[in-house]
Amino acid sequence: MKVLVAVKRVVDYNVKIRVKSDNTGVETANVKMSMNPFDEIGVEEAVRLKEAGKATEIVAVSMGPQACQETIRTALAMGADRGILVLTDAELQPLAVAKILKVLCDKEQPGLVILGKQAIDDDCNQTGQMLAALLDWPQATFASKLELGVSDARVTREIDGGLETITVTLPAVLTTDLRLNEPRYASLPNIMKAKKKPIDTVDPASLGVDVAPRLSTLKVNEPAKRQAGVKVATVADLVAKLKTEAKVI
Amino acid sequence: MRTGTIREPQQRQSATPYRPAEPMALPEELRMLRDQVRRFVETEVTPNGLEWERTGLIPRAVFRKMGALGFLGMRHPIEYGGTDLGPLASMVFAEELGRSTFGGFTASVLVHTDMSAVHITRDGSPAQKARHLPPIIRGETICAIAVTEAHAGSDVAGLKTRAVRDGAGWVLRGSKMFITNAVHGDLIIVAARTDPEAKGSRGISLFLVDRHAPGVSVTALEKHGWLCSDTAEIVFDDVRLPADALLGEENRGFYGIMDTFQNERICVGGICAGETAKAIEVTLDYVKTRQAFGGTLWDQPVVRHKLASLACKAAAARQLAYQAATLAAEGRECIREVSMVKALAPEVLHEVVHGCLQLHGGTGFMRGTVIERMARDARILTIGGGATEVMLEEVAKRM
Ligand SMILES: Cc1cc2nc3c(=O)[nH]c(=O)nc-3n(C[C@H](O)[C@H](O)[C@H](O)COP(=O)(O)OP(=O)(O)OC[C@H]3O[C@@H](n4cnc5c(N)ncnc54)[C@H](O)[C@@H]3O)c2cc1C
Repeated sequence: MKVLVAVKRVVDYNVKIRVKSDNTGVETANVKMSMNPFDEIGVEEAVRLKEAGKATEIVAVSMGPQACQETIRTALAMGADRGILVLTDAELQPLAVAKILKVLCDKEQPGLVILGKQAIDDDCNQTGQMLAALLDWPQATFASKLELGVSDARVTREIDGGLETITVTLPAVLTTDLRLNEPRYASLPNIMKAKKKPIDTVDPASLGVDVAPRLSTLKVNEPAKRQAGVKVATVADLVAKLKTEAKVI
Repeated sequence: MRTGTIREPQQRQSATPYRPAEPMALPEELRMLRDQVRRFVETEVTPNGLEWERTGLIPRAVFRKMGALGFLGMRHPIEYGGTDLGPLASMVFAEELGRSTFGGFTASVLVHTDMSAVHITRDGSPAQKARHLPPIIRGETICAIAVTEAHAGSDVAGLKTRAVRDGAGWVLRGSKMFITNAVHGDLIIVAARTDPEAKGSRGISLFLVDRHAPGVSVTALEKHGWLCSDTAEIVFDDVRLPADALLGEENRGFYGIMDTFQNERICVGGICAGETAKAIEVTLDYVKTRQAFGGTLWDQPVVRHKLASLACKAAAARQLAYQAATLAAEGRECIREVSMVKALAPEVLHEVVHGCLQLHGGTGFMRGTVIERMARDARILTIGGGATEVMLEEVAKRM
């Protein structure tokens, strides 16, 4: 079975995000970028499927500028077999990404598509669901455990009340949650081997997908600064402030 | 046992990483290497370093994990399990290790990867390479390099340890001083005099010596810093060496030592780049939260500008080091540039760690704070591997 994994290049989780001075977005110039952590989990799961003999080929897909090649290369160093880079400088919203993935799935015919449940930059949590709808495939989102059969998959999902276990028939779309696995390191020899693995570059137009944004961003603001704390002298003062100022009691 | 309080909360990762911009044109695989080393340092080293400092020991398992990730084979041929990535990889590796804030860890690892075992790759016979390199690259055999003696440090050519021919093999007699990895290591590369008639540098050869061979004894030394790294005096009391202990050509060891020093000095440039950035990061975190005079310390222009000025100097030294590493990687003549790195970067590091310690106030003087350890660990870097004065002379000779 072929597994397709989507890997997004995002601002590294360690970076302190700064909003651009014109409030149009966040600063990405000279900022460290990495693979979306949920996508790393996706790659790891795919590689484990391959190691267990359940997957035969892993294709890593990324979309965006040329630099996304590095994100694909990281997936290849972790164990993916080949990459597809959908090269575009356009702003890509979840629907556009889902449409591109749909076309790639039509071409590649994977048995399973793995995406992160969300990307840590825009936190949309939509792409996997949209893709499943476009493909008319079953979806198993927020997966914390996957048991892959021949024609179906048992997936444990993290939901508000606890854990839910569902079975989906294949092909299916899976989105990863944090506890699905702990991604491996890419060893240096594997980084070197990844240099020789193929990456195809395509552009959205050649896939027949119109990626024009459907949503427009009006404004991006810094979160409000935390106010400095105050010291209160007595419990009575504290209760009064909680009532009148914080309004929590 | 050491006494004093070690306060754990200071160990937490600082809130906002401070990292100078990635050098332009750094190959993709080295950027990926950086990410992997960074993750390793953050998850395996920083949380455990204090324990290693207490015990004076870096567990074997840590070396083996690094071996499995390929971190220990970057300077060795692919056929023995390495990746043969050259000096720029060493620079990146050293920089990320430097960010661990545990100078002793950084030293022990780099002595193994970049200062000792590289002699085997440089000068070893195919049989020596096949025998020694694979376990070295896997992190199972830990290496040391023993050049310095009590009476011959900067003046390498003055070393007196003797290796005398004995049948097909050799007998080693003498002693070495301040040798990293000599207590817990396995394989020591020893510089010894093989031709006492020859002038200074001409009669020196290198030998592969089993740390546990009969006649080898070590005395661990107590240090000012680098507490998790073991440093020892070694005595060779008529140690019998087989014929295949000789590494490279007889009487030509000095050239290998000098050549490897070049690599060591590039690594020191990397260590300083990592340690300066981390010291600045730790201090930014401190001054941006420390309250005084109705605001944070960061609100004081003098404090901000002090850190900005240190950041400028650190970035300049780092650039010089990357340039030297690039020249070395291209095989270009760069003794002057590498000597400049060794002369400048550790001096800048001193200024940075002490400037940063100053901004920590009394906290910075307390055992257990990160900056206190970093200041102690930094001290040796203007001395080891070519003291600043010696390096300036190397620069001056080429002006
Ligand atoms: C923690 C630690 C670990 C070490 N690890 C190793 C190791 O693994 N292997 C190894 O072989 N060695 C090791 N060394 C030794 C280190 O390389 C030497 O300490 C260094 O080369 C300096 O030699 P020295 O200490 O004998 O100082 P000296 O040579 O006596 O010099 C003392 C000082 O005199 C000045 N000076 C010296 N020469 C000149 C000159 N020509 N012109 C002007 N000023 C000069 C410098 O200020 C110098 O610091 C280690 C040392 C330490 C402290």
